[in-house]
Amino acid sequence: MNHALLLPVLIPLVAAAAMVALPARARPLQRALHALATLALLPVAAALARRAASGEIAVYALGNWPAPFGIVLQVDRLGALMLVLTAVLACCCMIATTSSDALRGRYFYPLFQFQLMGLNGAFVAGDLFNLFVFFELLLIASYALLLHGGGRLRVRNGLHYLVLNLAGSSFFLIALGVLYGVTGTLNMVDAGIRLAQLAASRADTLPLASFAGAMLMLVFGLKAALFPLSFWLPQAYRSAIGPVSALFAIMTKVGVYAMLRCDALVFGGAAGLLRGFMHDVAWWLAIATIGFGAIGALAVQSLKATTGYVVLVSVGLLVAAVSMQSPAAWSALLYYLVSTTLCTAALFVLSDLLEAQPQTPEAADELGPRGAAAGGGTPSVSTALAVASAAPSGTPKAAALALAPPPSRAAALLFLAAAIGAIGLPPLSGFIGKALVLAATPLARALVLWPVVLVAGLVLIVAMSRTGTRLLWTIPASYGYGAPALPSEPPAASSAHLAKLAACALLLGCVVAITLGAGPLTRYLEASAAQLSEHGAYVDAVLRARR
Amino acid sequence: MEAVYAVTVGVLCACGLYLLLAARTLQVIFGIMLFCYAVNLFLLGMGRLTTGRPPMAGAGAGLADPVPQALVLTAIVIGFATTAFCVVLALRSLAMNGTDHVNGKEKRAQ
Repeated sequence: MNHALLLPVLIPLVAAAAMVALPARARPLQRALHALATLALLPVAAALARRAASGEIAVYALGNWPAPFGIVLQVDRLGALMLVLTAVLACCCMIATTSSDALRGRYFYPLFQFQLMGLNGAFVAGDLFNLFVFFELLLIASYALLLHGGGRLRVRNGLHYLVLNLAGSSFFLIALGVLYGVTGTLNMVDAGIRLAQLAASRADTLPLASFAGAMLMLVFGLKAALFPLSFWLPQAYRSAIGPVSALFAIMTKVGVYAMLRCDALVFGGAAGLLRGFMHDVAWWLAIATIGFGAIGALAVQSLKATTGYVVLVSVGLLVAAVSMQSPAAWSALLYYLVSTTLCTAALFVLSDLLEAQPQTPEAADELGPRGAAAGGGTPSVSTALAVASAAPSGTPKAAALALAPPPSRAAALLFLAAAIGAIGLPPLSGFIGKALVLAATPLARALVLWPVVLVAGLVLIVAMSRTGTRLLWTIPASYGYGAPALPSEPPAASSAHLAKLAACALLLGCVVAITLGAGPLTRYLEASAAQLSEHGAYVDAVLRARR
Repeated sequence: MEAVYAVTVGVLCACGLYLLLAARTLQVIFGIMLFCYAVNLFLLGMGRLTTGRPPMAGAGAGLADPVPQALVLTAIVIGFATTAFCVVLALRSLAMNGTDHVNGKEKRAQ
């Protein structure tokens, strides 16, 4: 029994509770506590990963009730990987959150911590109902974080996101209910054993169990933004502020994680109940997601919106790899998952630097339903000249927007690196991940997947270079062609600018690190995928964990 | 009893889903609530319907299953909290836009 397993959940919980209790004027203290709690996750996650790397499945029985009766937390290689990824991402988002970002709402820091608690909890949960509870926790925090900053547009998008996820949660409960009715347990490992027994005895309830599994996968598909359930994602990611969108980069991956976890542990992977569903339904939905994401990326203009569609394309590839149900594909998808999360998060942070951000709720609405899609403060050359000739007409809008600072060389280089990584071009890790997934695809599926992925990659290159051209190669309005009396930048702007650059550089540093360390990392991931396919090890660890 | 129970759950579900598809936030919220009730009843039913059994301790085999009850309790709390949040958000949307259409503006007149 090791209490360290509780820490990833307890640290954010305690920090958030303490911050809520602090008075509003103690904001510096809140900020310090926030930084401390987020940084503390790093060593905890690293220690758990170190322990998991040896192949041990750490199990913590809450209240010391043995497994099928009590609630267990478990950390295996896969869970530890996700914990480390969350901790790294959270630290970078923490650095990227300037005090002006946080001041736009009252409870930014506690909500951020609650979100981390939900994420970490979902990665250590050892039974399905706890997975549901932690999903709800992270969703509740995300509803409020999405609204952070206010404005009509955010309220509308937040309402859509909320209603959609409430419906999704209800379907989650229905699936859990059916599964409990069939197996009589909610522990993932125990349910796996019972389902295998049912399958062996060809029980009448087997179709019900398959139905529950398919429904679970569809609910996770909603969280991961799988094709017909993916229309919420671009809207939601576009309306959140930069650091929040960056943290949301891992939210879709939670859905992918849950799919992988449940398919492997509960439904028995390739030999199990969901073979047909995964091979036929999930596979084609994943392909459709890639296509939808690629077309969407061409249709929008702002960096945030384009990045949202890049996330969709990556989700499609990840789910396609999950549906192949082979350890090779699973280890490849885990590598790609880490890489794409870091790269898209970097792009979201950069969008704060490169695009004019509406500072007031009214300004956010003025930009219309497409959010910052119109490009705000960085119009093309012709617009800038038009503003120059028709002088003061451009000022009211410019005053309402924080002026996008002239893109610095550092920001431009970081954008280049992040875009290369996110699209999956050599030499960064996105390419390695994509190549690994493609290499792990069996021939019959490769005939479909290879062309789709390659064409989608080409389309994303077009979309991203268009966005980059628009953002970096035009005359920014902030050079102030003829527009008189532009508000001078607030004094904190430059340090805020540097903080965001540093966060972005850190994220891309991690990308470079996993590119250079691809050898050791893939060995770890191959071991993770192999571990997932060995049900016996989980049975030994979870069901026989008596102190 | 099972048939009546099943029909009740089904009707609640259908009403909830129908309302969820409406264009007014109030109807959507009612839809969510009805759907949540239906799901909670469904969860309870999944522990098998029994009457007159002791819930916790007692003689031998005749115990009611406590797990679905615990699940329903958790689901009620979570559903209540999120519904409350949804109501607040809908009110905010109404105050900002002057309409309770889910998109924040009325559909354009034909």
